[in-house]
Amino acid sequence: MFEDLRDLYQDVILDRGRTPRHGQRLAVFDADAKGDNPMCGDRVHVFARHTDGRIAELGFAARGCAVSIASADLLAEAVIGLTDAEALAMGEAFGAMAKQGGSDDPSLAALQPLSGVAAYPSRIKCATLPWAALRAALTKAPGMEEGVASSE
Amino acid sequence: MNAIRPFDIEAIRADFPILGEKIRGKDLVFLDSGASAQKPRVVMEAMLHAMQHQYANVHRGLHWMSERTTEAYEAARDAAARLMNAADRREIVITHSSTEAFNLVAHSFGRGVLKPGQAVVISQMEHHANLVPWQMLRDAHGIELRVAPITDAGELDMAGLEALLTDGKVGLVSITHMSNVLGTYTQAERIVQLAHAYGAKVMLDGSQAIVHRRVDVQALDVDFYAWTGHKLYGPTGIGILYAKRELLEAMPPFMGGGDMISSVSFERSRWAEVPHKFEAGTPAILEGIGLRAAIEYVEAIGFDAIGAHEASLTEHALSRLSAIEGLTVIGRAQDRGGVISFTLAGAHAHDVATLLDRQGIAVRAGHHCAEPLMRRLGLDSTARATFGLYTTHAEIDALADTLDRIRGFFA
Repeated sequence: MFEDLRDLYQDVILDRGRTPRHGQRLAVFDADAKGDNPMCGDRVHVFARHTDGRIAELGFAARGCAVSIASADLLAEAVIGLTDAEALAMGEAFGAMAKQGGSDDPSLAALQPLSGVAAYPSRIKCATLPWAALRAALTKAPGMEEGVASSE
Repeated sequence: MNAIRPFDIEAIRADFPILGEKIRGKDLVFLDSGASAQKPRVVMEAMLHAMQHQYANVHRGLHWMSERTTEAYEAARDAAARLMNAADRREIVITHSSTEAFNLVAHSFGRGVLKPGQAVVISQMEHHANLVPWQMLRDAHGIELRVAPITDAGELDMAGLEALLTDGKVGLVSITHMSNVLGTYTQAERIVQLAHAYGAKVMLDGSQAIVHRRVDVQALDVDFYAWTGHKLYGPTGIGILYAKRELLEAMPPFMGGGDMISSVSFERSRWAEVPHKFEAGTPAILEGIGLRAAIEYVEAIGFDAIGAHEASLTEHALSRLSAIEGLTVIGRAQDRGGVISFTLAGAHAHDVATLLDRQGIAVRAGHHCAEPLMRRLGLDSTARATFGLYTTHAEIDALADTLDRIRGFFA
């Protein structure tokens, strides 16, 4: 009876939402930030470790809906090997895709399953929350505490 | 007032045009009345009639339109006084929301009557509207804010409340009459007796309770009682604050402006008599006219019939929902009504709400403007189904059947 919801809940979303591959905090990390959508209760804490100016590893701890967890998990794979600038640009492109419902940008191919949120305006912020947290992690000065990011 | 009519659910549903709407081809199953209720045709017609035939500003015009509109608007005050069994219509302050009512009391009673060093007591299950204004009062005026505990069942811990009162510093206890998350009715009479015994005034948040039960402010002997129009099948933008007259007399105004003064010069102003002292600016005229129609609509059905229908719905819902594997109903108060929060194992509340929505079933998901309560319960969010007088047993069956399938979807 939920076949028409498959645009939002594709198998990869259900699978990653249930059993994320990267859903743990990193033992060693050099950047981190929290994202919090207090209106809906989604929370994510993103951890990144860099080598040679590129993101070498990314993990997260999250409580939230299937869409936000799956988005964090796909984010973790998508940004490995990128510089911070490239990851931030990808976050911008992802945000546009989530609003518009699709993108022909080949670098977003692995993130395409999340483009279904565009048809559910109240759920776009679920998909973009991990990216807001990543942006906060990558742009805050070392040692500086900053406010919690939000995509609401 | 109309004559009491028999409780005929089909006739009642026919009074609410929106209930005939389809959502993506499916019948609307509206289980979010606790957030805002749908409106019966009589409310729409009353507002439309005013705009088409009888509208001007109130309380100031000397012309026919203004006089007639003032009468129609002021009838809302009489209707609210009658609904709550207030002794005097001057004890009804018309606000723009229940949130404004709390801010009014926090400002005018909190700063104007309470003294720094005194305390205000709320509970762990308050809506943000009955929390944030007191925090602002605390920070601005040196009033201590105390929080009475709730039990694991989701009831107010009366011994815990009393423990907060014993030092005699508490000037006001402000507690919900019915939780918007747990559906718990608090023991309002006992709260009032207890607080009064320790010299504290009592404010009740009645936005949920007033919809479901007869509220008698004189029998309760409550000092302040606030509620909002739009949950009682009336329009948005209007709320009611009941307050005992001697308290209103003792309190300074909240907002300044037109309508709340008797005379103004550049040197000083004199305040209008209560309740107008607390009603600055042009009021929500059309909303008042709509609210009166809503009150009369509910009174014509009668709270005995509404209460019996909603008790039956609640019992049916608790029975159907608790039979679903992995579903947990949050709170198990002895005295509870048609506000049911739940979690479903393996599915986040937002995913649940989205899937329900695809079947035309509207529920709320999130923290329900009660974040501290969510933390107390160890939850981030719940889904919440709330019932109105137009809710049917078949709609609850649709909810339960769909939740059972959602469980399979995420399994």
